[in-house]
Parts: sequence; C-alpha cells; structure tokens
Amino acid sequence: MTLLLTLVAAVVVTCIWYTSEKARQMKVSMLCYMFWGASLMWMVDAIAEYIELRAEYFQPALQDMLNDTFLGVSVIALALVVWVLTLLVKDPLGVLRPAAQNK
Amino acid sequence: MACFVVPGVEAIVTTIVTKELEKKEQKEMELNLEKGANVSELQKERFSAKLKKLNYLLYGGSGLLAFEHLWHGEIEPFFPFLTAARNPLDIPEVLHEMSTVGVGMAVLVTAAWGVMTYVSSKMEKTATEAVKEK
Repeated sequence: MTLLLTLVAAVVVTCIWYTSEKARQMKVSMLCYMFWGASLMWMVDAIAEYIELRAEYFQPALQDMLNDTFLGVSVIALALVVWVLTLLVKDPLGVLRPAAQNK
Repeated sequence: MACFVVPGVEAIVTTIVTKELEKKEQKEMELNLEKGANVSELQKERFSAKLKKLNYLLYGGSGLLAFEHLWHGEIEPFFPFLTAARNPLDIPEVLHEMSTVGVGMAVLVTAAWGVMTYVSSKMEKTATEAVKEK
C-alpha cells in the first residue's frame, strides 16, 4: 500500500511538473525525484517480499493494510513538508525577498 | 532492516563525484570561452547536472525509506542506530538484506537514471541538429 500510494503521488506530481510552468518554477521536480526514488526502492522491496511470500503477498491482513496506508500518507506528507521548507528557503519566485527588504 | 543504507552511501559518493566534476567542468568552460567557443556548445547540459538528478533520486528515496524504517522501529536516533545491531546474531541478516535488497535498490535507481539520461541526451542531440540544419 505504501508503494502504491507513493507511486500514485509520483505519477500525479510528474504530470503537474510536465503541464505547469509555474510548478516547474516552484521546484516540483524535487517531489518527483523523492517519490520516484522511493517508489523504485520500494518496488525492489516488494519484489523481494513477493519472492518470499508468493501469492500471500497480495493478501495482506486488514490491520497491516491500514498501517501501510497510514504510513504511505505520512510519507507523502513528509515529502511535502520537505518540499515546502526548501521552497521557503530557496524562494524561487522571490516572494519572501521583497518582503524581507521592505522591513 | 538497513537496505536504504546502500543507496544512501551511493548518494554520498555521487555527491562527492558531482562536486569534483563541477569544478573540472567550470575550468574547462572558462578555457573554452577564452578560446572563443560557440555559446550554444556551452549551453549543453553538463554531466554534473545530470549526476545531480541521480543524487536527488538517491537522497529522496533513501530519506523516505529511512522514515519507513523509523516507523517500523528498525532504526533509532541513538547508537547503534539499527535496532538489529543490538543483537550480534541479527547482524548477518542485516548484511544479507543490504547485499541483496539494498544493492538491488541502488542498481535499479541508477539504471532508471541511466535510461533517463540516455533518452534526454538523444533528445538534446536531435534538437541541436535540427537547429543547425535551419
């Protein structure tokens, strides 16, 4: 479930990056790298788990699935927080700099 | 257990290589400018810039995976950092996971970056040739 959620996030963010010039200016590519990197790594983890568990891998317990969903959402939230902090520090659109100069 | 350590270490190594390459490419660019090189040639995406993308993939991926390991209680913020390292009997299992899953992760991410770089280089080359023909 974590892999699935991260993969969906990677695809959505890539589509936003591709279609919007403003998104590219706002360093959405950073989110693309984070989500794609994590998705690829979790894919290897999933393959290793599949080799071990076979068909059982696709029948997780409800409790495990809920925990994995919660983890997946938390991972996306963490990546978004890292991106927003980077955005505020780098200020690619120059929104914060004029405000700081006016003070 | 500690699979994310392998791509994390690779990220550190590629960052050092990127920094060194940047310095080298900067010197080369300055030399070429002095020789009167074409500006369009200098606008090509440098290899260090391409390598930076691999760094972002590796840092981003291993960072989020580290969070997952923290979530599952496999790593902790104090020594020995890996909970499995507390018991010496678990260490061979950690090393086995690092050498299989960890190396697999690093290889897959690097291969994906390689394909991405190859395709973008081809596209860049095609675009440059199209401009030259005009």
